[in-house]
Amino acid sequence: MLQITCPWCGPRDEPEFHYGGEGMPLPPDSTDAEWAAVLYQRPNPAGRTNERWVHWAGCRQWMHVVRDTLTHDIHEVRPVRQPDDFGSPA
Amino acid sequence: MKRLESGGSIRRDEELSFWYDGKRYTGFAGDTLASALLGAGVHVLGSSVSLGRPRGIMAARLEEATGFVQLVTPDATEPLVRASAVALYEGLVAESRIVRGYVEEREDSARFDKRYAHCDICVIGAGPAGLMAARVAVAAGARVVVVEADPAPGGALLRDDVTIAGTTGAAWVHSTWEALGSADDCRLLTDATVMTSLDHGGLMVLQRIGRQLAVRERGGLPEMRLWQIRARRTILATGMLERPIVFQDNDRPGIMLASAAREYLARYALAPEAGVVFTSTDDGYRTALAWHRAGARVAAVVDPRHQGGGALRDAVRACGVRCITGVVEGSGADAEGRLATVRVHTARGIETLRADVLAVSGGYEPASLLHTERKGRTRYDAWWAAAVPDVPLPGEGIAGGVRGVASLAACLADGARAAVEALGVLGLAIAPMETPVVDEVSESEPAQLWRVPAPDGDESRSFVDLHRDATVAGVSRAVNAGATHIEHIKRYTLIGTGVEQGRAAKTNSGVLAAVLTGRDVSAVGTSGGRPPVEPMLFAALAGRASRERFVPVRTTGIHPSHEALSAVFEPAGQWLRPSRYPRPGETVAGTVGRECRAVRYSVGLMDASTLGKIDVRGPDATWFLEQLYVNGIGSIPVGKGRYSAMCRMDGSLLDDGLVLRLEENRYFVTASTGHAAAVVDWMEEWLQTEWPERRVWVTPVTEQFATVAIVGPRAREVMTVLAPGIDLSRGAFPFLAIRHGTVAGMEGAMVARVSFSGELAFEVSVPWDRGQTLWAAAMSAGSPWRITPYGLDALQVLRMEKGYIIIGQDTEATTTPYDAGLGWMVSKKKAFVGKRSLARPAMLRPDRAQLVGFVTEDPEVVLPEGAGLVREVHEPPMVIEGHVSSTAYSATLGRSLGLALVRGGRARLGERLFAPVEHGVIPVMLVDPVHVDPEGKKRDGWEDTDR
Repeated sequence: MLQITCPWCGPRDEPEFHYGGEGMPLPPDSTDAEWAAVLYQRPNPAGRTNERWVHWAGCRQWMHVVRDTLTHDIHEVRPVRQPDDFGSPA
Repeated sequence: MKRLESGGSIRRDEELSFWYDGKRYTGFAGDTLASALLGAGVHVLGSSVSLGRPRGIMAARLEEATGFVQLVTPDATEPLVRASAVALYEGLVAESRIVRGYVEEREDSARFDKRYAHCDICVIGAGPAGLMAARVAVAAGARVVVVEADPAPGGALLRDDVTIAGTTGAAWVHSTWEALGSADDCRLLTDATVMTSLDHGGLMVLQRIGRQLAVRERGGLPEMRLWQIRARRTILATGMLERPIVFQDNDRPGIMLASAAREYLARYALAPEAGVVFTSTDDGYRTALAWHRAGARVAAVVDPRHQGGGALRDAVRACGVRCITGVVEGSGADAEGRLATVRVHTARGIETLRADVLAVSGGYEPASLLHTERKGRTRYDAWWAAAVPDVPLPGEGIAGGVRGVASLAACLADGARAAVEALGVLGLAIAPMETPVVDEVSESEPAQLWRVPAPDGDESRSFVDLHRDATVAGVSRAVNAGATHIEHIKRYTLIGTGVEQGRAAKTNSGVLAAVLTGRDVSAVGTSGGRPPVEPMLFAALAGRASRERFVPVRTTGIHPSHEALSAVFEPAGQWLRPSRYPRPGETVAGTVGRECRAVRYSVGLMDASTLGKIDVRGPDATWFLEQLYVNGIGSIPVGKGRYSAMCRMDGSLLDDGLVLRLEENRYFVTASTGHAAAVVDWMEEWLQTEWPERRVWVTPVTEQFATVAIVGPRAREVMTVLAPGIDLSRGAFPFLAIRHGTVAGMEGAMVARVSFSGELAFEVSVPWDRGQTLWAAAMSAGSPWRITPYGLDALQVLRMEKGYIIIGQDTEATTTPYDAGLGWMVSKKKAFVGKRSLARPAMLRPDRAQLVGFVTEDPEVVLPEGAGLVREVHEPPMVIEGHVSSTAYSATLGRSLGLALVRGGRARLGERLFAPVEHGVIPVMLVDPVHVDPEGKKRDGWEDTDR
């Protein structure tokens, strides 16, 4: 069970988080084959991976996580949203 | 074995009764079940799994392969419990079940609990290395948890005669444990097994709490407690396991590991009538010494080494005990199956010795499962002839025997070293501490003796894995059959597949495989282990999260009204919703038919509160919803709504619902009951990860509003009574319009003209806690038209008659809006999530599974949902053209009908297909999905009801 340090809540157990897959840029223009690869093919690298996680049962904020898939070492966690991104709905 | 008059750490003044296989025995406080059985003369615990040979207790700790029982308590029954892991208690009941336990049907009323703990350092194992590590860590002010699997701390110090810091091992353990217990932040867990080690310092620990107490003393304590420990550093100090030597008839009750024999003597005062030791290590001589000093008769020590034994052998010799250079090559049994004789092979010939206990020592190997289960690295150690943990895992320290450290002094020093290392990483100041002085003898090199060939060549009684009845002959067969990899041999022979994971068999089987395949031992290796370390109950994993506490049950604010109407309920996700409201004497079909007819011909009402409701607002709300929904959103006028759908990235349907525009920048979005949470998550994901600069706020408000749908041609009359202040006429309040006003005396109620049945319908939303008021008012206002509450059963029929789909029931993971017949709503003008995928050639193929309606040829036969549809019926396999997704009996049409997903279905209306089901073949006809009122005339109600 991983322990992920949420940028907003601190270190929490993995069950509080949902995995959001590898972070991938979406190509603005793509052939059908390229787009199918975006949809269905996962690189699944061995080693450092850029992942997205959401602190689902906590602050519900998304974050970037750099995790080593061989050791489960978490090298970096940074929020997707910066404090400036929050505001009031008024 | 017999109980000596004195000695051991048992409390002889406290006799305890226990039952084994229905017979009453007595033991003492401080016994384990294993020692109590041996003390009571129960040596044969059961018979082996396939050969039916008598088996007994062969170990005192994790190495045990046969000493398992079924433990029965008034609250629960637990299969495959290691007898040496259970502290004896008054009234203990156990049954002979050494290889196969059972699970009882009755509900388990035992209490299981969970706790969470955090610490700087968790020390696993309270032997010499672990205790020393804990002492150093505590002295430095670290938060420490020590976990010990045995009821008592001490590990090898409990069995071995050593002098440590000028006192006995047991006394040093006692004082150390006391000191740790009185420290500020040190938690000591005994009877607690680390079942698995997880990443980032996570440990799952099962502790037996109340089971060792008499049932009457347990009070509020749980039987077991599952600890989830999160440690910044762990120190693995689990010590070593002893391994046996394989020889013919090596499985008889009375043959046990030498360390176990010593432990049974030191702790429980159990000694042989006449004992023989068979050892390839110096350590085995300690057993002979201990027996002799306790007054037991030691017939001989058998050692294959000509020069081996060292100082310990000299000490045994000095006691007058016979030491033989040779091997044990067989054994004989008494009538009960217990060990009676030991056959010794020496250079001078064969000798048979009488013995009731044969203590065997084939060397030691690390108890390293918690390291290897996480793919921790090991190295082959020639001294131990075993794989020894090498490079620690992240956050892990390894100390003492589990790291291959041999002597007691070295283990103590290694424990201190591991603690110092951990403290250094944690940045804690380290108080200087001296390792206690130890008086011990040095040991000579062990012999590499794994097995003794059977004298008559019959290796089918030379057991490698006693739990699985796997023999040398079996391993030979596996190798001859072509299995050379140790994992293949494991599957062929079943070695290591028992509940104890073949801990005592692992190395011996690896060595045997190496010999048989002509390879080096280090190249063959051993098969891997898996968590949990020992068998554990699922109930312990569940803890209190069982029955009504497993998943929360959510009910709507109107729930008491449904109960008062004797509704039958069904779960819908976590919600509990009415299926129907049966009247006395009514059949299920009768109830559903009555409820449907009321909606079609008069008026019904339904609690729609569970429908997901999401408030979306902000300057960019319109732009945001445009991105997620396939249809146009910006063109929805304020005060109106639109039926909409959203796709995943791959173009498949995620959910459908209504988008109601309350204000220019404020929307009220509905989602399917079961998808409400997922839709909120979906919106948040896109908003946060792709468009964080957009000013949109998404708020789930399902539980804020109770919603009642008033549905049917008389709905307008009922609403007129409920909401006299709202102009409900067809012209003033058109389909998909929203009005706010006073309903049933409640100001600010929201009324939406939407429909999931094709009938005129008003959905009224009020604050959650006013739901019952609204429901009662609607029931009363509708009484002139015999307003009828209806449930999910009727709802299903009504929506199916209209061809309205439920996402997830009438769609699959690949169904697109086009496949589901929703192509009309897909915008050609704008970008939205899923649009790129919908343009892929695979999404445009004409043979995709498409939504169609169907009717059965026999109008009375209702198909089971999920039934396959074929063009021709013949012997399987048949080509499946599609499957039935929704079926019902329509009281309105007086026939069975449904919806289906069929390959290229939209072009196949009118085609006859067959549904081969359990009781026959049902012919069906594909039709348009809209079975009732295809022109949509009823949506606005009857002309005569319009004011």
